[in-house]
Amino acid sequence: MSSSHNDGAQVAGRGAGGFNRWLNKRFPLDKMLREHITEYYASKNLNWWSVFGSLALVVLVIQIVSGIFLTMSYKPAAADAFASVEYIMRDVNWGWLIRYMHSTGASMFFVVVYVHMFRGMMYGSYKNPRELLWIFGMFIYLALAAEAFFGYLLPWGQMSYWGAQVIVSLFGAIPVVGESLVEWIRGDFFISDITLNRFFALHVIAIPLVLVGLVVVHILALHEVGSNNPDGVEIKEKKGPDGVPLDGVAFHPYHTAKDLVAFVAFAIVFAAIVFYAPEMGGYFLEHANFEAADPLKTPEHIAPVWYFTPFYAILRAVPDKLGGVILMGAAMILLFFLPWLDRSPVKSIRYRGWMFKLALAVFVVSFFVLGFLGTRPATGVYTTLARVFAVLYFAFFLLMPLYTKWDKTKPVPERVVYHD
Amino acid sequence: MSQDLDLSRRHFLGVATAVTGGVGAVMAAIPFLASWKPSARAQALGAPVEVDIGKLEPGALLKVEWRGKPVWILRRTDPMLEGVRESDPECRDPDSEQPQQPEYARNEYRSIKPEYLVVVGSCTHLGCSPVDRFEVGSLGPEWYGGFYCPCHGSKFDLAGRVFKGVPAPLNLLVPPHRYLSDTTILIGSDSGVA
Amino acid sequence: MIRKIVISALLVTAPVMVHAAGGGHLEKADIDISNEAQLQRGAKYFVNYCLGCHSAQYVRYNRLALDLGLTEDQLVENIMFTGERPHDTMENAIPAVDSANWFGRTPPDLSLTARARGGDWVYSFLKSFYLDPSKPTGTNNLVLPGASMPHVLWDLQGLQKAVFRTETGPDGVPHEVFDHFELVEPGQLSPEQFDTVAADLATFLTYISEPVKMQRQSLGIKVILFLVVLFLFSYLYKKELWKDVH
Repeated sequence: MSSSHNDGAQVAGRGAGGFNRWLNKRFPLDKMLREHITEYYASKNLNWWSVFGSLALVVLVIQIVSGIFLTMSYKPAAADAFASVEYIMRDVNWGWLIRYMHSTGASMFFVVVYVHMFRGMMYGSYKNPRELLWIFGMFIYLALAAEAFFGYLLPWGQMSYWGAQVIVSLFGAIPVVGESLVEWIRGDFFISDITLNRFFALHVIAIPLVLVGLVVVHILALHEVGSNNPDGVEIKEKKGPDGVPLDGVAFHPYHTAKDLVAFVAFAIVFAAIVFYAPEMGGYFLEHANFEAADPLKTPEHIAPVWYFTPFYAILRAVPDKLGGVILMGAAMILLFFLPWLDRSPVKSIRYRGWMFKLALAVFVVSFFVLGFLGTRPATGVYTTLARVFAVLYFAFFLLMPLYTKWDKTKPVPERVVYHD
Repeated sequence: MSQDLDLSRRHFLGVATAVTGGVGAVMAAIPFLASWKPSARAQALGAPVEVDIGKLEPGALLKVEWRGKPVWILRRTDPMLEGVRESDPECRDPDSEQPQQPEYARNEYRSIKPEYLVVVGSCTHLGCSPVDRFEVGSLGPEWYGGFYCPCHGSKFDLAGRVFKGVPAPLNLLVPPHRYLSDTTILIGSDSGVA
Repeated sequence: MIRKIVISALLVTAPVMVHAAGGGHLEKADIDISNEAQLQRGAKYFVNYCLGCHSAQYVRYNRLALDLGLTEDQLVENIMFTGERPHDTMENAIPAVDSANWFGRTPPDLSLTARARGGDWVYSFLKSFYLDPSKPTGTNNLVLPGASMPHVLWDLQGLQKAVFRTETGPDGVPHEVFDHFELVEPGQLSPEQFDTVAADLATFLTYISEPVKMQRQSLGIKVILFLVVLFLFSYLYKKELWKDVH
């Protein structure tokens, strides 16, 4: 009796090992875990700037989960949309929390992505061999912008409505086809129920699929070339006898533990906003959006949500409709070309000269000032300021081939700098 | 190399992080799961229904809707009540042992007042709504009037008690209800009634 | 006790909401949505003076009872007059078409007014009706010029006229600038008492614009404290692990 019991245990033990073998013959689970998690080596000198990529992934999950639950109660019809959002806020159990998570998540997504992009610019993460990685990332940013734009119409408040009206009208600036293109996008002669319905489809299905696909591609490209680091040193060039980069540390458990700390810190900030300032003074949820859309009455002052305001300020700074649209588009598109605009022999800001440091500082200041100006009415001194800072913004990109070539760089060490 | 490694401290912190994080994940899931519970609007639509039974003739059946289900109010005549008593041997649960009714309706006639039967008109088999067959003998010699489910042939007597040998396992459900006056029944709420 | 201190500290440091509201000066209202008595008074004024023409279509009566500390009987006696059931929403009595004909436009739903414009706006609006014979209602409003709403609270406040003075701006052009209100005909209440009524209504409107606000704030501190604990553990764990890295 007892011997047969022992036999059973042994069979079960073999069974477990057998299942693992059986599984891995058919699906490369262990291989994938090794390649991407336990035996993916990132530099040991990564600092806290490097956690924002993982954070972006976390926010994507928050948005997908909260978004799925919102669609369970939201109604994408002009007659019902606004009321269904209030239904979520008041009648659905915990609906308010899910909605605030989604609205806060939208803004925090941009915060995290902007910091992530800035980190890349500081440490030259777009430079050879990471050009494609950077371009995939830029496509993620564009998809994210589209996702945010389509999503912002859904609450069907005054800002939703008139914001969509303004942005869709931008396409009318395109010569010849402009007006018919605008009609095609709306599917109607004004922003209507039809427009809302298709924006809903794009927001909940089409763009998220693209976004997730791009994220996968972005991560695959990253794991092919390896993570950059604050020194811009390629750790793969110095490997130990075991084939592991000498300065590399396994992603799991070391970097995952670090990312977890960052995530919890992020969650504290996130919770503080969700529970104590979901409107963020009108920047995350605009006050005028608590009034239902009224096609006959434009709010006195239309401003996009903060993450678009730098580009909106550039749009308004140009006294020509088509020119404004082109410059606004260029302000985003130019980022794609960073890998080729930058002629510096070094990657990281640590080993660059004063010219790049100054240029990057000017760029960041311009971005913030333009962002602020985009929230203000376009009058008088604000317009002048917007023009000045738009010029500075573009100068960062257009003069980059020159100042990065002239800049005096410092010698880059062989190995990364790391203090215990 | 690892001279100051304290493995028990590391183990403790790892477990503490994992456990706290796990608790956090479970708590974060609660609002999402709870959001599927009936909303305030659903509760409002599912609120108790007031029914005026003043005009209900003896032997007549009144059907009202409560929470998307048919609720039957049958004003039983004396012969009908007698039919209920006669049906006892045919019933699977003649004494209402199963919790298919509030305590106050757990009696011979499964009602607060013998004259009025209040039941949810959904078959306890698969949820079809049975039809009335009040004529004695219409469904065989032991038939004293009752309800018949057209979907799968389940039979219930005039107290909503299920017959033996049919697919339905339980008696028809008596919803919580109370009399606001002699001629008004509130269906869906019994607060204030012992 | 400590929780209360933390909550109030967080409330104070929460970003000051800046509301965009056109026209006129806004006065700061004394709004405290945790004050049940004030909310109850506001609710009573609301159903008596506002709900005749305006609705609050997203607000359920039984939710009010819960948040205002009323029993269902108190609710029915004090707040509900037109035979609604406790779980109904606050609809108004007149059909929208009729009110559009009477006032020139359908009186807006008030569920979210305080959120769109701010409690101070509501407070100032209610206090800023003044006599203007050129208007069909006989009054105008400083906060919402050309308001088609009559001065519903006139019997409480009385009637006031607006005194303007002429000021020359930096551009050298003289402007009419509002100076002060002058009470022409006193109402049942003193100006101070009326301020309280306006503040009560503004408080009530602020509450209904986001009924969950109190709940989210009391839950928030617990969530954050929990996350702080998790942060400490995860941070110490990370430090411990990274001792391997040299």
